[in-house]
Amino acid sequence: MGKKVAGSGPCSRIPDNSAFKQQRLPAWSPSLTAETVLPFFYIIGLVCVLLGVALFLTVQKIQEIQVDYTTSGTCDACFEMRSNKMSASVKCRCSVDFSLKENFQEDVFLYYGLVNFHQNLRRYMDSRDDGQLVGRTTNLKNPSTYCEPFAYNNGTPIAPCGAIANSMFNDSFTLKYLPPTGGVVIVPFYRTGIAWYTDKNVKFRNPQIENELLPQVFQGTAQPFYWQKPVYELDPSDPNNNGFINEDFIVWMREAAFPSFKKLYGILNRQSKAIFEHGLPAGNYSVTISYNFPAQYFQGKKLVVLSTVSWFGGKNIFLPIAYIVTGGVILVVAVVLTVVYIKIGKKGLNMEE
Amino acid sequence: MLASPIFYRFFSSLFQDNRIRTSKYNIFTFLPINLFEQFQRVANAYFLFLLILQLIPQISSLSWFTTIVPLVLVLTITAVKDATDDYVGNVLCSRLQNEKWMNVRVGDIIKLENNQFVAADLLLLSSSEPYGLCYVETAELDGETNLKVRQALTVTSELGMDMSKLADFDGEVVCEPPNNKLDRFVGTLYWKDSRYPLDNEKLLLRGCVLRNTEWCFGMVIFAGPQTKLMQNCGRTAFKRTSIERLMNTLVLWIFGFLLCMGIILAIGNSIWEEKVGKNFRDYLVWEDVLSNSVFSGFLTFWSYIIILNTVVPISLYVSVEVIRLGHSYFINWDRKMYYGQRDMPAEARTTTLNEELGQVEYIFSDKTGTLTQNIMVFNKCSINGKTYGDVYDEFGHKVEISEKTPCVDFSFNPLRDKKFHFYDHSLVEAIKLGDPMVEEFFRLLALCHTVMSEEKNEGELVYQAQSPDEGALVTAARNFGFVFRARTPETITLYEMGKHVTYQLLAILDFNNVRKRMSVIVRNPVGQIKLYSKGADTILFDRLDPTNDDLMYTTSEHLNEFAGEGLRTLALAYKDLDEEYFADWMKRLHIASTTLENREELLASLYEEIEQDMMLLGATAIEDKLQEGVAETIACLTLSSIKIWVLTGDKLETAMNIGYSCNMLRDDMNEVFIITAILRVQTLRWPQERSCIKKVYLDVYIKFTRPLTSIQKLKTNDSVFEETITSEYALIINGHSLAHALEADLECLLLDTACLCKTVVCCRVTPLQKAQVVELVKKYKRAVTLAIGDGANDVSMIKTAHIGVGISGQEGMQAVLASDYSFAQFRYLQRLLLVHGRWSYYRMCRFLCYFFYKNFAFTLVHFWFGFFCGFSAQTVYDQWFITLFNIVYTSLPVLAMGLFDQDVNEQNSLRQPKLYEPGQLNLLFNKRQFFMCTLQGIYTSCVLFFIPYGAFSNTVRDDGSHIADQQSFAVTIATSLIIVVSVQIGLDTNYWTAVNHFYIWGSLTVYFSILFAMHSDGIFRIFPSHFPFIGTARNSLTQTSVWLVILLTAVICVMPVVAIRFLRTDLYPTLSDKVRYNGRKQRPQEQNLKRVRRTSSRRSAYAFSHQEGYGELITSGKNMKAARLFPAPPTGRIPGSSSWIESLLKKRTEMASGAAVGPLNGSAERSKSENTPVQQQHID
Repeated sequence: MGKKVAGSGPCSRIPDNSAFKQQRLPAWSPSLTAETVLPFFYIIGLVCVLLGVALFLTVQKIQEIQVDYTTSGTCDACFEMRSNKMSASVKCRCSVDFSLKENFQEDVFLYYGLVNFHQNLRRYMDSRDDGQLVGRTTNLKNPSTYCEPFAYNNGTPIAPCGAIANSMFNDSFTLKYLPPTGGVVIVPFYRTGIAWYTDKNVKFRNPQIENELLPQVFQGTAQPFYWQKPVYELDPSDPNNNGFINEDFIVWMREAAFPSFKKLYGILNRQSKAIFEHGLPAGNYSVTISYNFPAQYFQGKKLVVLSTVSWFGGKNIFLPIAYIVTGGVILVVAVVLTVVYIKIGKKGLNMEE
Repeated sequence: MLASPIFYRFFSSLFQDNRIRTSKYNIFTFLPINLFEQFQRVANAYFLFLLILQLIPQISSLSWFTTIVPLVLVLTITAVKDATDDYVGNVLCSRLQNEKWMNVRVGDIIKLENNQFVAADLLLLSSSEPYGLCYVETAELDGETNLKVRQALTVTSELGMDMSKLADFDGEVVCEPPNNKLDRFVGTLYWKDSRYPLDNEKLLLRGCVLRNTEWCFGMVIFAGPQTKLMQNCGRTAFKRTSIERLMNTLVLWIFGFLLCMGIILAIGNSIWEEKVGKNFRDYLVWEDVLSNSVFSGFLTFWSYIIILNTVVPISLYVSVEVIRLGHSYFINWDRKMYYGQRDMPAEARTTTLNEELGQVEYIFSDKTGTLTQNIMVFNKCSINGKTYGDVYDEFGHKVEISEKTPCVDFSFNPLRDKKFHFYDHSLVEAIKLGDPMVEEFFRLLALCHTVMSEEKNEGELVYQAQSPDEGALVTAARNFGFVFRARTPETITLYEMGKHVTYQLLAILDFNNVRKRMSVIVRNPVGQIKLYSKGADTILFDRLDPTNDDLMYTTSEHLNEFAGEGLRTLALAYKDLDEEYFADWMKRLHIASTTLENREELLASLYEEIEQDMMLLGATAIEDKLQEGVAETIACLTLSSIKIWVLTGDKLETAMNIGYSCNMLRDDMNEVFIITAILRVQTLRWPQERSCIKKVYLDVYIKFTRPLTSIQKLKTNDSVFEETITSEYALIINGHSLAHALEADLECLLLDTACLCKTVVCCRVTPLQKAQVVELVKKYKRAVTLAIGDGANDVSMIKTAHIGVGISGQEGMQAVLASDYSFAQFRYLQRLLLVHGRWSYYRMCRFLCYFFYKNFAFTLVHFWFGFFCGFSAQTVYDQWFITLFNIVYTSLPVLAMGLFDQDVNEQNSLRQPKLYEPGQLNLLFNKRQFFMCTLQGIYTSCVLFFIPYGAFSNTVRDDGSHIADQQSFAVTIATSLIIVVSVQIGLDTNYWTAVNHFYIWGSLTVYFSILFAMHSDGIFRIFPSHFPFIGTARNSLTQTSVWLVILLTAVICVMPVVAIRFLRTDLYPTLSDKVRYNGRKQRPQEQNLKRVRRTSSRRSAYAFSHQEGYGELITSGKNMKAARLFPAPPTGRIPGSSSWIESLLKKRTEMASGAAVGPLNGSAERSKSENTPVQQQHID
């Protein structure tokens, strides 16, 4: 090996003197010093406590009433009737009375709630065909295998297919206000505008075949086993709320994460009647239920929920309390850290190399 | 190159050619072989298995793409890396392999020229030198610096360089099968109806360098991987780092944990199906295969295995490899490890060991060429009680010699060696003034040696010295005007201060290890007979004339001074001989050398007799030049609790000398134990000797343990404890003793003893023993070992140690080829370990902690969700999120941390060697740390699940529509997770470069972009069934309540971590915390690592790499090319000289077999090799 001139010339193998290659990239080396950590703890603690208190006050203002109608009121008869599969198609109506202690201000939302209904089982959640629901005509007649065994009824494709659609909640409610002056005022609810815009307009579309009306489009498909009417007749009052874009259907198809859930049924129509202009007045109410959905199979409960909302959403007391507790703990920890710092860290006692 | 065609025709397929193949793939075999290899890895096979599971619809809880996308990505990255490694390795190898010798095959006859590397194991046939002699340097093989002699069979040496005769050579060699014994060869040559025994002395081994021999011819006996050198290299064991082993264990644990979770959830599913699920069956009909709840549980088990598979992180291995590759590149790119003089950057040849560099506890270092440059420099001398060599300034202060110090101008001397530098002008002045003692001093150096000179052109002298020490001395004399010009068996011609003077050489009293001196007896032109002697001071001082006492005292002082500087010293003396006495002595010598019995002893006593009452001239001090910064490096590494053992094939004296000059041995050490057993394997007395050695070890051991046991009794007494800890011992052991000590019953004792010593030096060890020592430490100490060396004799040790480092840039590349890291200078080791190694380890540990944490936090959410979804194996997250989480959303920030993070900068790493200790103690990533970070992961997953759970149980959007649906829940948790792990990586990153910023913020951006893209209308319209999350991001992430949930989750996850870290830094700061803290406080503390000069020493610094036998070689004249000019070599001048070569060779054999045939590889294997069938090699 001949002697080369040290580190010069174009063939030299000397590495580049770049900051990257020499690991000298300019860098910020933060470290957990008292100057940063302690104020950070106090600030975060305070922010949490304040947020928690603010949320708590907000949540306190939200009014909510939950009425369990599974067997209460006159519904126990319907409950019994629904226990029997033979009478599944027999209509049953019942009503439950309740009273509002104070006015429900502004917008009031009517929810139905189910307890112990598992919408979050894997096979249940998989059991749908989004291709069919978005209106693909091919999928309409050839539902995905995921829908099995709710894909075909004796060879006829089911639309909408799958376990979710099949088990759609089909109770309906009529809320009546019983003013102290006597009489009955039916509380008007908007039954549309209850689903997400994206669901209504993108995720769920009716299949479109030119010059064909909805029933014709769905010709050749069967309704789900447990349904009493086909999908294109879900809302007799509003022809545009039928088929896959029926909002009750869309709401149902958005599976709840936990076995107890509530889903939006309607929004108080404050325009139609002066009495409801500022929400629901306090007083007695009665809700009449068209009792179709059997609850005894899954040992669950069915609820009607009336609630107002705030900027923060519904009456969820967990979050404010969690914030207050968290903030409190952080403040306590911050004090401990401060003490430790003043006793030890500040003097750098342990920092002798 | 002469090839025998018939041989090729029949036997070429039987024998290896000289190529050493390293490439695994070619273009066509790459894909199948590489895939096959990759799926042999447990992790990859596991994921393949998962993939198959996912194809079963009843089980499949995740879409197939969640596994296949990462798997394909991982396989691709690994394949690309393998391909590059293979390609680069190949290119490198072909660069290193000598093209010329690649096609050499067994049976070929090849010609070698001077200074060429021997390319294969050759049977020496003939050479340019008389008697078929040739000289080889074996430094590459055994680390010895002196030349060795080899002789061809007389019958073959007659072939000379006659091409036609050589081509007709049709001998047949029957020899032992290829083996790794460097010092042994048994074979027979059948030629012309005669048999000639062959032994090691007729063999030129691959790796040697031909010296002082113009050309030679040899027949290839072993080629390529069959050569003794390659056989000695050992199998390249696949090296794994301890972190990787730990990682594999942990992955198994995690796997066990996964199975546990699966079983828990499966049982849960069975129970749920039994209690709850049966009520739900109207809505969710059981399929036919689902016959009962137990079977449902069984299927759920597999489904959960699929879902939870992300706890066993698929991208872990590939990320680890990427990080290591990055670290390797940083090593390659480091300018501070680039050696400009040879244009040699450092090179990480393996990319799998980097973090282990941060855990090294034992360094095994070769000496020659690693610690030293193998250059001897005449540095100082003491002549007649006056020292020369130091430079003083005008105030009388000693000046450190640097490159700027003006050299002595030797231009008055036309025959000077221009490479010789000397700085003290007073010596030249003394010469010019004609100080007789100074003249005599240099005359001695010019006469008393066994160097051969060659003068190709007038004035162009080339010395061929068998030891570099002698070369340095003779060169010094040459520059100072006493030029050794030529020699014949009877005369030595000097060019003394411009005059030709021829001395008659009367006798050479050769060097040997017992005598530790050599003398020549010459008659000068005036007719006086003089004896000139040089040797160890301790030996020579005993043989001085009593009138020399004063001078001896002063010289001895000087010698101590020289020794204190780590110089190798020789004392010089002369004696005027009486003509009559000499004649008588000569006669007796003659008689003695013809006797058959006790010849050696008789000769020795005669030598002893004449070397008495000598007059002291002075002493020389030769610097065995250490490589730059060796002492500082060793000091620094010692401070970082790394133990350095020197393993060298060289002599005890030279090894000790280097030990002192590197500050590894010091006078203030409490005791230096030297264990040197001299064994003769031929005798069967070794069991007794063994017990003797055992006793020595026990003695040494007891000496240590006594104070140690006493401290155990006196635990309260701190001062005693302190004292025993600070007491320093050193152990020096030679190869023979080591051979015994490495036996099963003694090895623990040896190890315990050695580990109690501050310094361990093993000298005269064979390559195999080097490996055995390393193996011993590996076996019992569970410590990471690093071996560093430059020669072929270090290969076995380099391959055995956890990490092998080769010093590159010397001529031989064997060590480098076997090594994992290579660079040009020993001192770079400090940087490799303390900076690169420490960082690598630190980064890898932080990376692993974070990685496990991240995966636990990510995956266990499914576990908690299982309790709420009827254990149905429903995933919490969007399937795409599961697919991309590890490979896209969170891979780059942690990779950036793994590549760039620095807890302390390089200056501090070097300034505070103690920072290295956490690695040795395995503190940054161990089972406890793993447990802690998985615990953190579990905690995080809990928070991630239960906070949104609490918040979502009764929440709606601000427009009243519901948001407690599974998809919004998934997006909320996923977003919280991404934010929490990003904050966590932010906390873990100590060194935010632009890249870190880019990756961390970039990952967050990418997450949100991909989230919105996947939840967008467009992609849903194209693939409605694959992107069912349409609109979820828009609808949930616009909600204040969702962000409040995310904020709360992040706060609860992160604050405890911050608090704990802050408290830990305050209460139990680590050294790196302290360094960082003090760095902020701007309190630089300078630590002085300067080389401490040894104070006065009573020890002899005699060290001489010389070998017996060359005296006879010269006086017999057999090695003289000039013999042609002086045709009649004197016969019977020293009777018995006809047997000179036999005795020379015999001595070598004794030494070699003594060194190599230890109990471990000796008797046992010897009998084995007798039983092994002898391989026949037919040579046309």
